[in-house]
Amino acid sequence: MFAFIIRRIIQAIFVMLIISLVGFMIQHNIGDPIRDLVGERVTPAEREVIRDQLGLNDPFYTQYFRFVIKACKGDLGLSFFYKKPALEVIASKAPATIELVIVTALILIVVSIPAGIYAAIYPKSWFSRIVMAASTVGVAIPVFLTAIALIYLFAVELNWLPSYGRGETVNLWGWESGFFTWDGLKHLVLPSASLSSIMLPLFIRLVRAEMMEVLETEYIKFAWAKGLHRQRVWYVHAFKNTLLPVITVFGVQLGILFAFTILTETVFNWHGMGFMFLEAVERSDTSLLVAYLVVVGVIFVVVNTVVDIVYGFVNPMVRIAGTK
Amino acid sequence: MKAWNRFKSSYLLYSFKRDPLAILSFSVLSVLVVICILAPVLTPYNTYDTATFDIMDAETPPAWMEDGSKSFILGTDIQGRDLLSTMIYGLRVSLLIGVGAVLLQSFVGILVGLFSGYLGGKLDSFLMRITDIQFSIPYLIVAIFTSAIFKLAFGVGRYAELAVPLLIIIIGVSHWPIYARTVRASVLGEKNKEYVEAARVIGISRWQIMFRHVLPNTLTPVLVISTIQVAEAVMSEAALSFLGLGMPVTKPSLGSLIRSGFEYIFSGSWWITLFPGVLLVIFILVILLLGDWLRDVLNPKLYKG
Repeated sequence: MFAFIIRRIIQAIFVMLIISLVGFMIQHNIGDPIRDLVGERVTPAEREVIRDQLGLNDPFYTQYFRFVIKACKGDLGLSFFYKKPALEVIASKAPATIELVIVTALILIVVSIPAGIYAAIYPKSWFSRIVMAASTVGVAIPVFLTAIALIYLFAVELNWLPSYGRGETVNLWGWESGFFTWDGLKHLVLPSASLSSIMLPLFIRLVRAEMMEVLETEYIKFAWAKGLHRQRVWYVHAFKNTLLPVITVFGVQLGILFAFTILTETVFNWHGMGFMFLEAVERSDTSLLVAYLVVVGVIFVVVNTVVDIVYGFVNPMVRIAGTK
Repeated sequence: MKAWNRFKSSYLLYSFKRDPLAILSFSVLSVLVVICILAPVLTPYNTYDTATFDIMDAETPPAWMEDGSKSFILGTDIQGRDLLSTMIYGLRVSLLIGVGAVLLQSFVGILVGLFSGYLGGKLDSFLMRITDIQFSIPYLIVAIFTSAIFKLAFGVGRYAELAVPLLIIIIGVSHWPIYARTVRASVLGEKNKEYVEAARVIGISRWQIMFRHVLPNTLTPVLVISTIQVAEAVMSEAALSFLGLGMPVTKPSLGSLIRSGFEYIFSGSWWITLFPGVLLVIFILVILLLGDWLRDVLNPKLYKG
């Protein structure tokens, strides 16, 4: 087990090095740090002096090495547009994205588990059929279309819910939160509903398939034979054993949700990390872009490694399959 | 002729004829593909030619509404282009990019999977590590980052000009690991069968065994993933275009049409968003349904609730 953990961590460090190399190459080839610093009105000779002072004429590997050291200390360069450290800009946008993902995850859990269980217990009922048909169609609908449809229905036609921005936020120890105002909560409804629509079909199908598989097993038959109450067999005996695969998939998909926030944040003008990333692309703000790449890379690598290690603890087959 | 007879008595055709959903989705898909190919003949307007449309016609509603005009059946978009023609051209672009990207990713993935599975050893561990690493990062993130980098590297103007080949490369590069894994798995299954051993014994070269003998036997799962991957590629393209990282508004794909329509949805021009959106969903849905059907027919073992 110890060897497994070490191997996973080495792999994670290796992946981070690759991501940082990609990030460094982008910064090295596309951005112009001198322009970021002094603007256009400086003579070429003066620029050359600054280049030398900043060490931009050093060989590639020296500069890359410096980049990695600085990144480890939390210095990912200055954002050209905001004139602030890139990491600080990202940190100021992160709460919006994180709150969106939290609410989405809650919706996913609250909707998919009961719907999946119901569809597994009564596969022939009309409700299950509708749920399964809807999840087939749902896979084919891109998230931005769901979002636009929700905006058109609830914001333009019915005028019940706001369609853009975060509304009123409260500052809690530097964390801009929309959880504590009625307005902020109202603004969360549509973005999180559309974001959860991507994952809902997958999760309902997953819970249903796992539950159906468990219901066929011997120990469930034994539980029936013992004459246990239906509720007890379903929710205590069967459901508990579907949780492990569901939690694993959930962990991995949480990372993917972050990817999709870029799309939802664009539609809803939600000023989170994804929105900031697209703005950075439009403004050619290379340092901010690279910083975002590194931050997202860290999130993915950490989530994946933790999920793998936890899974290794629970399921010995995983950690043995990796050894050659 | 012989091949036709074999096809006529095959299990594939038999199960196709018995599945109304497969027939329906196949016919819808064929109609859409034919419309795409014949777009220049069928569409009333050439939407790439700026001389044929007039900004004064912009945001005309569909023909059946008041203010609608007989000459624009589904209305016009924000630049005054006939929406129906623009949609057909847009679907054409989406289809082209989808198929192109799938060809590219299957090419890369099959090569990697074949070498990795057949040759094994250090090369296998190396290639599979790379595959694992890319697999752990969602393909959409890879696609969004690559297109953002390309956009910065090429500049907005050049990027818009080269959008179609660039998008094929971007989506192709972000999706290949799934092919590599599938092909490697089936190569590992085929590698130790008797026909491969027989070929080795009579002294056929390694390359010939790999490409002439093993590869054809691994293509069934490739076919199954390919259908679903086309749908995925079309969806990725739409997402990228919607973010403004894909096709430009002058040569819109369905995604960029939806993006431009979305900016006008608050002023009540719902049709610019709705019709391309519905077309996109139908297109993706029929491909997915066909893919599901194909998977169940070709590999009954995979079938699970």
